[in-house]
Amino acid sequence: MSFPILSLMLAIPAAAAVACLFLSASAARWTALAATLANLALGVVLWLSYDVGGAQWQFVEYAPLFGRFGWALGIDGYALLLIVLSVFLMPICIGASWQAIEKRVPEYMSAFLFTEVLMIGTFAAQDLFLFYIFFEAGLIPMFLIIGIWGGANRIYASYKFFLYTLLGSLLMFIAMLYMSITAATTSIPALMNYDFPPQVQTWLWLAFFASFAVKMPMWPVHTWLPDAHVQAPTAGSVILAGVLLKLGGYGFLRFSLPMFPEASAQLVWLVFGLSAVAVIYTSLVALVQSDMKKLIAYSSVAHMAIVTIGLFAFNAQGIEGAMMVMLGHGLVSGALFLCVGVIYDRLHTREISRYGGLAINMPRYALLFLLFTMASIGLPGTSNFVGEILSLMGTYQVSTTVALLCTTGIILGAAYMLYLYRRVVFGEIKSEEVAAMSDLSPRELWLLAPIAAAVLWMGVYPESFLAPMRKDTQILLARIDRARPAGDSLPTTGTGIVPAAHAETHAQGSAH
Amino acid sequence: MTSILFIVFVPLVAAIVAGFANKSFGATLPKAITTGGLFLASALSWPIFIGFLTGANEATVTPVLHFIHSGTFDVSWALRVDALTAVMLVVITSVSALVHLYSWGYMAEDPDQSRFFAYLSLFTFAMLMLVTADNLIQMFFGWEGVGLASYLLIGFWFRKPSANAAAIKAFVVNRVGDLGFMLGIFGTYLVFNTVSIPAILAAAPSMAGSTIGFLWFRADTMTVLCLLLFVGAMGKSAQLGLHTWLPDAMEGPTPVSALIHAATMVTAGVFMVCRLSPMFQTSPTAMGFVTFIGAATCLFAATVGTTQTDIKRVIAYSTCSQLGYMFFAAGVGAYGAAMFHLFTHAFFKALLFLGAGSVIHAMHHEQDMRYYGGLRKAIPITFWGMLLGTLAITGVGIYGVGGFAGYHSKDAIIEVAWAAGSPAASMVGVFAALLTSFYSWRLMFLTFWGEPRWAASEHIQHALHDAHGGAHDHAHDAHHDHAHDAHGHEAHAAEHGSAHAHGHDDAHHPDPAGEDAGHAPAVESRGFNEIPKGTGGYHPHESPVAMLIPLIVLSIGAVASGFVFHHWFIDPETAGGFWKGALYFNEHLMHEMHQVPLLVQLAATIVMLSGLLIAYLTYIRSPEAPAKFADTFQPLYQFLLRKWYFDELYHFLFVRPAFAIGRLLWHRGDEGTIDRFGPNGSAWVVQVGSRVAGRLQTGYVYTYAFVMLIGLTAAITWAIAG
Repeated sequence: MSFPILSLMLAIPAAAAVACLFLSASAARWTALAATLANLALGVVLWLSYDVGGAQWQFVEYAPLFGRFGWALGIDGYALLLIVLSVFLMPICIGASWQAIEKRVPEYMSAFLFTEVLMIGTFAAQDLFLFYIFFEAGLIPMFLIIGIWGGANRIYASYKFFLYTLLGSLLMFIAMLYMSITAATTSIPALMNYDFPPQVQTWLWLAFFASFAVKMPMWPVHTWLPDAHVQAPTAGSVILAGVLLKLGGYGFLRFSLPMFPEASAQLVWLVFGLSAVAVIYTSLVALVQSDMKKLIAYSSVAHMAIVTIGLFAFNAQGIEGAMMVMLGHGLVSGALFLCVGVIYDRLHTREISRYGGLAINMPRYALLFLLFTMASIGLPGTSNFVGEILSLMGTYQVSTTVALLCTTGIILGAAYMLYLYRRVVFGEIKSEEVAAMSDLSPRELWLLAPIAAAVLWMGVYPESFLAPMRKDTQILLARIDRARPAGDSLPTTGTGIVPAAHAETHAQGSAH
Repeated sequence: MTSILFIVFVPLVAAIVAGFANKSFGATLPKAITTGGLFLASALSWPIFIGFLTGANEATVTPVLHFIHSGTFDVSWALRVDALTAVMLVVITSVSALVHLYSWGYMAEDPDQSRFFAYLSLFTFAMLMLVTADNLIQMFFGWEGVGLASYLLIGFWFRKPSANAAAIKAFVVNRVGDLGFMLGIFGTYLVFNTVSIPAILAAAPSMAGSTIGFLWFRADTMTVLCLLLFVGAMGKSAQLGLHTWLPDAMEGPTPVSALIHAATMVTAGVFMVCRLSPMFQTSPTAMGFVTFIGAATCLFAATVGTTQTDIKRVIAYSTCSQLGYMFFAAGVGAYGAAMFHLFTHAFFKALLFLGAGSVIHAMHHEQDMRYYGGLRKAIPITFWGMLLGTLAITGVGIYGVGGFAGYHSKDAIIEVAWAAGSPAASMVGVFAALLTSFYSWRLMFLTFWGEPRWAASEHIQHALHDAHGGAHDHAHDAHHDHAHDAHGHEAHAAEHGSAHAHGHDDAHHPDPAGEDAGHAPAVESRGFNEIPKGTGGYHPHESPVAMLIPLIVLSIGAVASGFVFHHWFIDPETAGGFWKGALYFNEHLMHEMHQVPLLVQLAATIVMLSGLLIAYLTYIRSPEAPAKFADTFQPLYQFLLRKWYFDELYHFLFVRPAFAIGRLLWHRGDEGTIDRFGPNGSAWVVQVGSRVAGRLQTGYVYTYAFVMLIGLTAAITWAIAG
């Protein structure tokens, strides 16, 4: 067994989180920053030492705890990328909270560091119950972040979050108990190759779906998200949109598809239907929002629908596209929430109508905000394009109708994002308060610039991100291929004879 | 061919340098870098083009970088150069270089010049990526990249609400087209298992006659694919139905209109159809649709062009109409003729736009032609440039001898449509040519002939006022001027009654009825001859040298490009050797073109003269005639002036419902239904339950943790027991 790098990545933030509680505000900030940066460095090491195309599970650790319950960690390409995303966003969150959080700083930093532990744990867990603990406990620090450091209506937001999560979690837990008893194992890799009878699969699939659909969130269980985002502090929104929303997608990828392939195929219509509704519904709702954070929150629901259709397309483009959308959306929506935070810190309002003309006194901000707006719209050359085109392309192979409905998101997305950008950044300077707003500080620039670089990197050379998951996609496809839906295109072979409508001219043309 | 790397990437590097150049560098360095970069790219492009003309060059593909690889889907960044690309290369780099140079003069007083030049170069890069694409994904990258640059440049004067609205409209309407393009790419990949253009074109003929499922029906595979892709072309090339953004795009600075909205970007759709011509050849239905849309746009835009009073809008509708010609040429299978018209049009339309910019510059940003008049002697070089451009677009020439650019390219389209068995399209083309001649000469007569009508113009009055105050000379601060536009927008527009100021559609305001006073355009039908005559003491000046050189260079293109190049583009004996399969060239059809009846061959010239005569009679001989005509045929006049009511219709059909439905879903859906019966409803249950238990204070976090704990205890119990 090699160096336990995953355990170390859990131990560092955990130790720092405990330490923070006993430190002053300033020391807690620096401790949190140092710990998250150390984890980022370890994340880079993890990525560089990951053997692309090698064993399916790498960096495996196992230590029996009691009974069948073990400390089982290990990652594949999907988990690797999501862990890298988490450790990349974490120092940025700490930096974003540097000045914005003034009360109970040590507790705040501690909550963030615990969130990091639990997120990495979720992606690295190889034991069913270890996963469950990390997955569910990950929400507790988030509750606290919203409930203590949130806005005026934070209590409502956090209980809404809780109510949605509760039911799904219970159902998932029951399903997990059943699975571990029936299959006599709690090992996730083993379960991924275990064949449950199809009728049982359906029930298990639905139980997991109840939990993952809320986490995604899918329509119609999405209404906790806008409230949670609006009430959360900036860094809370970043981590919520950046990583926590990916837990649902990761769950579908890790559990629903490989463990219940027949049920997944059987219930594709449900996922596709809800996703298609979500794209159009939430995009239209986003169009009429007057609160910046709500607008971006609704746009997140629409983007997550592109993830779910891709995952259930049963082909490489769909699945890898869904992963790329998750990664790209993690970066871009995180950055958009940071952009909102930048101006919120100056004017203390999220009302779009209070802003206007920022391009005049905040040109650097305007440029970066434009980049992230365009990335959110899915402009080629940015991260989201790669994911969206692959995901939609995969979906087209299953259902042209759903692909058409979901592709309308590119029109509506452009409408609400450009409309937002126009109202905030263009036009004349709205008021004297706005005129007094200063451009990005060096700290803020350092938060946004790395994300901007990553967004462009993913957009121009996505191979760095596609390569680690290629083998995993092949394994997954091999597993679920037996249930793959046929699709509605079914082209027949051509005759090579051009239909004779008015084809008088081509006969003697010099073919190219 | 490594020079292609420089041609494509030098503008990108220049754009980045200029974009990041700090204001402390001044504007000269960014301007010099971008302009120099473009002249370099142009200088490298012409040898490639000449190489294809002489037959020395063969098609090449220069790989750059791996791009997306997922499953069997594998695309790379690569630069393809063949005859078709070479034509586009010279058009793009030459016009772009000249527009950069022109902007030294036109934008001289704008404080944001480096940003402007950065955008121009960025646009050029994206356009070059589009035309060098070897696969559909890279083409889409360029396609969206030019869309971005177009958005940024239309909204360049971002303080103006009308410019912002126009920018969003351009982007969103183009996205409607992109929806089709994307689905076309998906379908193409599904059918051919590749998006590499050469591979698709090679496989396309064998797929003829196949059927495919799409939505709820089954149809001919190639027809479905071609139509989906063509929807993308319709958006980018502003064809009927998706054209509404182009006239509004005139909110951008005039050099932008010349480069993007006349010579290059809007022709991308034509380029795409030509690039994929072997694919379109497999579907007569799709070809018929292309012909129909092209002819319809050609006619529609020409009719609207006859009534507009804003000089840039007239030229914009003219562009729309000329793009229609290119499409119906492609639709009847004469791709060479389509490309030929694209090529000549780039020169004379850029010339007309830059000439218009020069007029606007001289007239202190007045764009309403009713306030022009008699400018022939005041700005002679501009006048001669625009005159040559008008001779080129109307197709002046002598049968059997030769003529200006349009004489060769436009007349060829009318003839080839006849030869291809589409007399209807041909006749539409002839009628549109009549209108083209009329509106082009109307523009010339209103602007350069007659008595000056400058005194009544607000812009001119401002100029005189400022000059009088001694604060500024004629060299007026352009930016100040535009800021003023934004402030005094309402009053100014009302007084002028200029259709352009309010004609745009503020597409995305949540309460369209509220802000969008412009929706019922305050169009005043005051004829040009009712406007008081007089110069008001204003003296227009000819533009600086930086603006005149491009006019002169483009004039040469407008005069000679048709005469010089028809040999390679359309002549049946020689053109096949030039294209070398870069597009589907039908020698037989091009032979037939010369066999059409004499009347058809002469028709274009006859209507060109008629249009000139009508314009002369109505705008020089009896200047009261247009107003009388408008009064007599008021419904028709209003219909044309308001652009067939497309904006009003779309506003009613799409914009307002989108906002209304959005609000409905938000309040009635999310809040009224999901929350009410979901969390809020269950919250009530929980609250009641908790009150009974008297434990409300425990808080949800603890409840949650408690539930988890129970679960874990159960799990651990089982684990130990098991």
